Amino acid sequence: MNSVRGARRSPAEHLADAFTSGSVPGTVTITEIPYQAMVGVRVDRASDAGARVASVTGGLPAACGEVTGTGSVHTLWLGPTEFMVVAPEEAHDSLGGSLVSDLTTALGNDAGQVVDLSANRTTFELSGSHARAVLEKTCALDLHPRVFKAGTAVSTELAHIPVMLWKTSAESYRIFPRASFADFLGRWILDAMREYASPEVP
Amino acid sequence: MLLISCPNCGPRDETEFHYGGQAHVAYPESPNDLTDREWAEYLFYRENTKGTFAERWVHSTGCRQWFNMLRDTVSYEIHSIYGMGQPRPDIKSTGQSSEPTQPGEFTQAGEFGQAGEPGLAPGAASPTATTPISSEGV
Repeated sequence: MNSVRGARRSPAEHLADAFTSGSVPGTVTITEIPYQAMVGVRVDRASDAGARVASVTGGLPAACGEVTGTGSVHTLWLGPTEFMVVAPEEAHDSLGGSLVSDLTTALGNDAGQVVDLSANRTTFELSGSHARAVLEKTCALDLHPRVFKAGTAVSTELAHIPVMLWKTSAESYRIFPRASFADFLGRWILDAMREYASPEVP
Repeated sequence: MLLISCPNCGPRDETEFHYGGQAHVAYPESPNDLTDREWAEYLFYRENTKGTFAERWVHSTGCRQWFNMLRDTVSYEIHSIYGMGQPRPDIKSTGQSSEPTQPGEFTQAGEFGQAGEPGLAPGAASPTATTPISSEGV
């Protein structure tokens, strides 16, 4: 198992050095958080199966933007009956965890689905005082803190590609692009960050 | 760019949505009894409304749910957004158009029009918004 893990390549691994050199500590930084365990869940929240799934994930979000969960396992709202469970890599069944099997067991034979989507998306963490300014170059949503509060996650478009955008704290965002878009989005964000490496022109 | 209010996600840019064509096209009750022409008309023939048009949209980048929308194809004004399976809302114009319908101007009525809908003359359903943009659609 460990040899398989060692052979794994994350979608933006080749950008790691560029992310390090392109980050401006204290202003805006970008890192990839690779291999997070992600599970796509489709279930009716109001059903018995929904209640069982919610007991595994620590709740299911009720409306767009909501994120439930405590500790390391969080559930993002994708649609009225569609959710994405995000957890650290170790939660995956192949590394000793039991996230996917627990969710599969909770759903049982009821209507819905539990799909291991860990390889579907990667995670970028964009943080710093200018993180919002970087995102606002391409995001059409209102990212002002009075509207887009910490603890909110929405699916939207960045640089014309679909992503999940999760504001984890006041100056920190997690971006979930699909693996095939990770290179493009990573380079796009690096380009958008470049101006903040220089002193601001008054 | 249209700003479309998704029933689940709130106002989002048009680029997050995909268009699903005319709404309320019912599947034939007994498709096997249709002639080829009737079947082709069910499959391919759609209204080309100038004015208020009921159409389907899907929020493909967001919640991936379908919904219906009443949109003015001239002014692009969105009159109503309602769920799938709901009947088309009856949009009453609160005032009369400032531009009276010219004789001979295209109206959609008769056999292709929606039953019970007064002729869809341009501007008839959107009293205020047609004037500045009318040249775009005419």
